[in-house]
Amino acid sequence: VNVRQGPGDCYVVDLSGEIDVYTSPKVKDAIGELIDRGVYYLVINLEKVRYIDSTGLGVLIGGLKRVREHGGSVNLVCTNLQIKKIFDITGLVKIFGIFDSEDAAMKALV
Amino acid sequence: VKQAVEHSVPDRVELRIPCRAEWVALARLAAAAVANRLRMSIDEIEDVKLAVAEACTAVIQHEHHGDFIHLTCETTPAVLRVRVHDSGRHGAHGEDGQMIDPGEARIAGLGVFLIRTLMDEVSYDVHPQLGTDLLMVKRLAVGPSGP
Repeated sequence: VNVRQGPGDCYVVDLSGEIDVYTSPKVKDAIGELIDRGVYYLVINLEKVRYIDSTGLGVLIGGLKRVREHGGSVNLVCTNLQIKKIFDITGLVKIFGIFDSEDAAMKALV
Repeated sequence: VKQAVEHSVPDRVELRIPCRAEWVALARLAAAAVANRLRMSIDEIEDVKLAVAEACTAVIQHEHHGDFIHLTCETTPAVLRVRVHDSGRHGAHGEDGQMIDPGEARIAGLGVFLIRTLMDEVSYDVHPQLGTDLLMVKRLAVGPSGP
């Protein structure tokens, strides 16, 4: 997990590898810390993620719910077809903005 | 004919992992390797991998899980049967206080939805004393090819 500041109030969370029941607590902590600091606009970059399961999806959903309580938003960057398929079949494509590039995800936040 | 006879008994691969989060990756990779051996497509292999991971994760997240998860993969040329066994005690109560299916309770939520969507057949085998089996079947979309 790597966190970096984007333009304005936005932060980018870069994830890599496999997001599962073992690794997702680290992602949850990183996103939670940002939200606790008052960051409510996030781009979560999944470009380097090879695998995600329901625990990883749960962390992303939890983050989205928390920022929305403050009028914020979470956009995702994802081009991996296997991962996009998971967002498709779970219907999460309807609640997350999913973009092919970080620039597009960033621009759509504001 | 010889090949048909050779495949009349399913090949069986078994793996027992500690019931802890750090071992789920091994279970899903083992299941993926078996699916690959069956010459399943990349999509099918990913489906099997995720379904097995969801099943193991559900066991781990269950309050009364056992010490180990036992994964069994049986293959015939066009079918993969996966059994995820947990020796823990299962029995959950719904909001109305009635007992609900222990297997269903084990993989509630997004995980069960994914398993049911990705696999062709899903069922439970509940043994009050021995634990719970989650049975999943994945069939090759196209028939087996090559040796």
